Amino acid sequence: MDFFLQLLVNGISLGLLYALSALGFVMIFKSSSVLNLAHGELLAIGAFLFLVFSTWARLPIILAFGLTLVGTFALGFVVERLFLRPLIGENLIEVIMMTLGLGIMFRGLLLFIFGGDIHSYPDFLPKSLTIQWGAVQIPSVNVATFIIGILFLVIFGFFFKYSSQGIYMRSVADNQPAALSLGVHVRRVFALSWAIAFIVAAMSGIVLGIINGINVHELSAIGLKVFPVVILGGLDSIGGAILGGIIIGLIETFTGGYFSTALKEIIPYIVLIFILMVKPYGLFGLVEIERV
Amino acid sequence: MRKLRFHPCGNFKETYEEELAIFETDFGRLWMLIGIVLLFGVIPFVSSPYILYVLNIIGIYSIAAVGLNILTGYTGQISLGHGAFFGVGAYTAAILASKAHSPFLLSLLAAGVMTAAVGFIFGLPSSRLKHLYLLIATLAGQFIMEYVFVNWESMTGGAEGIVVMGASLFGLDLGNDRTFYFVIFAFLVLMIWIAVNLKRTRYGRAFIAIRDNDRAAEGMGIPIFRYKLLSFAISSFYAGLAGALFAYFTMSITPEPFNLWLSIEFIAMIIIGGLGSIPGSIFGTAFIVILNELLSHVTEYLMNVGASEGMAITIAPLREFVFGLAIVLFIIYEPKGIAEVWRVVRSSFRLWPFSY
Amino acid sequence: MESCAFQLQVVAVFILISTEFLTMENNIKLLVNNISVVYSDVIQVLKGVSLIIRAGQIVSLLGSNGAGKTTTLRAISGLLKPENGKVTEGSVEYDGKPIQNSSPEEITRKGIIQVLEGRQEFKYLTVEENLRVGTATRWGKPFKEDLELVYRYFPALQARRKSLAGYCSGGELQMLVIGRALMAHPELLLLDEPSLGLAPLLVKEIFQIIRRINQEQGTTLMVVEQNANMALQIAHYGYVMENGKVVMESTADELRENPDIKEFYLGTAASGALKSYKDVKSYKRRKRWL
Repeated sequence: MDFFLQLLVNGISLGLLYALSALGFVMIFKSSSVLNLAHGELLAIGAFLFLVFSTWARLPIILAFGLTLVGTFALGFVVERLFLRPLIGENLIEVIMMTLGLGIMFRGLLLFIFGGDIHSYPDFLPKSLTIQWGAVQIPSVNVATFIIGILFLVIFGFFFKYSSQGIYMRSVADNQPAALSLGVHVRRVFALSWAIAFIVAAMSGIVLGIINGINVHELSAIGLKVFPVVILGGLDSIGGAILGGIIIGLIETFTGGYFSTALKEIIPYIVLIFILMVKPYGLFGLVEIERV
Repeated sequence: MRKLRFHPCGNFKETYEEELAIFETDFGRLWMLIGIVLLFGVIPFVSSPYILYVLNIIGIYSIAAVGLNILTGYTGQISLGHGAFFGVGAYTAAILASKAHSPFLLSLLAAGVMTAAVGFIFGLPSSRLKHLYLLIATLAGQFIMEYVFVNWESMTGGAEGIVVMGASLFGLDLGNDRTFYFVIFAFLVLMIWIAVNLKRTRYGRAFIAIRDNDRAAEGMGIPIFRYKLLSFAISSFYAGLAGALFAYFTMSITPEPFNLWLSIEFIAMIIIGGLGSIPGSIFGTAFIVILNELLSHVTEYLMNVGASEGMAITIAPLREFVFGLAIVLFIIYEPKGIAEVWRVVRSSFRLWPFSY
Repeated sequence: MESCAFQLQVVAVFILISTEFLTMENNIKLLVNNISVVYSDVIQVLKGVSLIIRAGQIVSLLGSNGAGKTTTLRAISGLLKPENGKVTEGSVEYDGKPIQNSSPEEITRKGIIQVLEGRQEFKYLTVEENLRVGTATRWGKPFKEDLELVYRYFPALQARRKSLAGYCSGGELQMLVIGRALMAHPELLLLDEPSLGLAPLLVKEIFQIIRRINQEQGTTLMVVEQNANMALQIAHYGYVMENGKVVMESTADELRENPDIKEFYLGTAASGALKSYKDVKSYKRRKRWL
């Protein structure tokens, strides 16, 4: 029973981690309908930037964190301006290929600068966050993940549903010419959504870095793990991403715990295919409205 | 003797047959003839072994890329599992050759059919899924097949892989690169011929209709699901055939080359070459293969230089960086691919000195 | 040499003063002055179009398909750019300031809003969210009163405010896109075929609302229409375009009585019956416009 409970807790923690990594991805999709294949590299960029500020430059944690956010925000603007703006109006597959090319480029660059080794941050999370409950233990990092995840869910949920800027972002993803005709600043929306996605990815990257250590290969692999998570929940649903993350996390830990570790890599995908066959737009995704 | 045809200065086509003709002029036929003579009569005898090796690789990947272009360029279904399909073909051929000692052509054919069947199965989600959701379903297919390659040890030999005996065809030993060159390019020409003609049949037209507007195609009475599956099967057949050739060419296979990266490279090939263009698939393949070779030479050279100065390891990632950069630049500056550049160059020659 | 330059200057100043004078005196809201529009640097669509829209009026723009009506609207609202089009000659002046080839963001902030042809709703946004996008020109605030105003004009929308726009009927969508444009506080509203694909009764209703908007809000309107009869009933002034040129302009009443318009757009001849194309005279008349 204890084993089961520990697996449950581990699964949920892992799932929240996946969900957190998926949020930036959903951000971009929601505001520009772009499937970002470079997401894992965005996570890595954030994590490494924080590493540079906190460990190498030895700045106080809060300052390092702030600088990371500002830096990734600016980087998001630059990347959008240089690489994605020329593609406004091009085919979907070309934009996807562009993110793919960017991902490969970033990975090469990060490997060149930081090498393939595992780095780690200084220990800075307060131990008091750790929860001990019978034989089950939840480390402080996972509690922090949980808090950050819920925080994001609430903030972005409100942002997209009620704030004007959020509605403009969704309108651009929906129908670009119409948004233009009403004076929505389409270029600004794109730039902003990439900048925000960079920030969100950076935060997730930092949390992942605290837990697993910072490694270019591992972080970019997480970028792929994001796909079953977001597809399961529905590409444009933030709540769906969280639930999808938890489902995938639970499936993985339980297959890992009861069957074999090799199998746990692909079980999420098999489950994914079956769920998609029943619900083609994921659990909470918007059903495509087609009028011919 | 009928009159030679030249480019007319306008659209003077009178029948559908003329409209459908592959070669607009007799010059086209002539150039093709010259090309084939060069391909089989000159190139294999003048190239160095290394060039021949690179050409063989280009030929093999080209077959798979043409197949992917049928699926993505014609039918409009993006697949991230093509690399694994390629692997299925390679494994089928390798298993048949090593365990059943089947003859070369038979195992090639069997690999194609087997992969078509697997492609058919992984095409099934396309009945309900579209666009990005389908893309992810094919990604799932990629991972599942990779898992099978590694873990079905009794058949695939696990991570150690399979050693393939050198094949022979019509009494010729296919062990050396030059004889294999003829086999590869004969197949490439055959598969291109099929792909080009596919576009002119009702199947090809149905594929293109599905790509442009699947709802409208359905309304016109095209059973879209059946055609999507057919497209998956045909494209996988190409991949399987190419994979089988690959297995015989490299003589030993492991699960490693058939990973997601290969699928991505295939997509890069057809995008850089030009979506929906058969010559484009070959240009794209040549571009990617040559870029890969060049980059590995450059990094090797730099590492040798660097080794003497003690900075060897750090240069290797630059290869990845340049590869990504090449894709990015191509998409920004020539989103229609090399095929478009080729078309522009050709027509500016044809129209010289009057540019329009 | 010098005197020549001086003369030119005098002429320039004179022209400047006279246009200023014209603008002030006759209450011109928008002046389209002899514009040419070229798409992708090769296809010339407009060949010297001039229009005047006076403040507070409804101006209708008629013409068959491909005459260049939509392109004229796009040239005014700045939406040529996404289509790779450009105003190569002439000028568009709004309140006396040139706006040709400005970005749509700038032009919409000056108060010119175009309602696109064919109901370009945001499918995945609810009706109310659709309306809120209309506030983009002033950073989203305030929107409560405007919502009420729109619901007053289009009560049908209020009943559906929480449902996704993608599931609304054609009539509701047309109301939605006009209402959405109203949210932006337009001074000049450009409507592109508001009657497209609507039932005759609905067309009537929509046009009555358009007239009410003009009277109650003081909005200047430009309406591109195929339904010439309807458009001329509510308009003060009308232009007829053909092949990228304005071929006829007059007050709406005069246009309605014009025999050519009757024949080609309203579908009735002087006798009330349709004229045959064998009729040589009508052919000649048509030619004269080209």
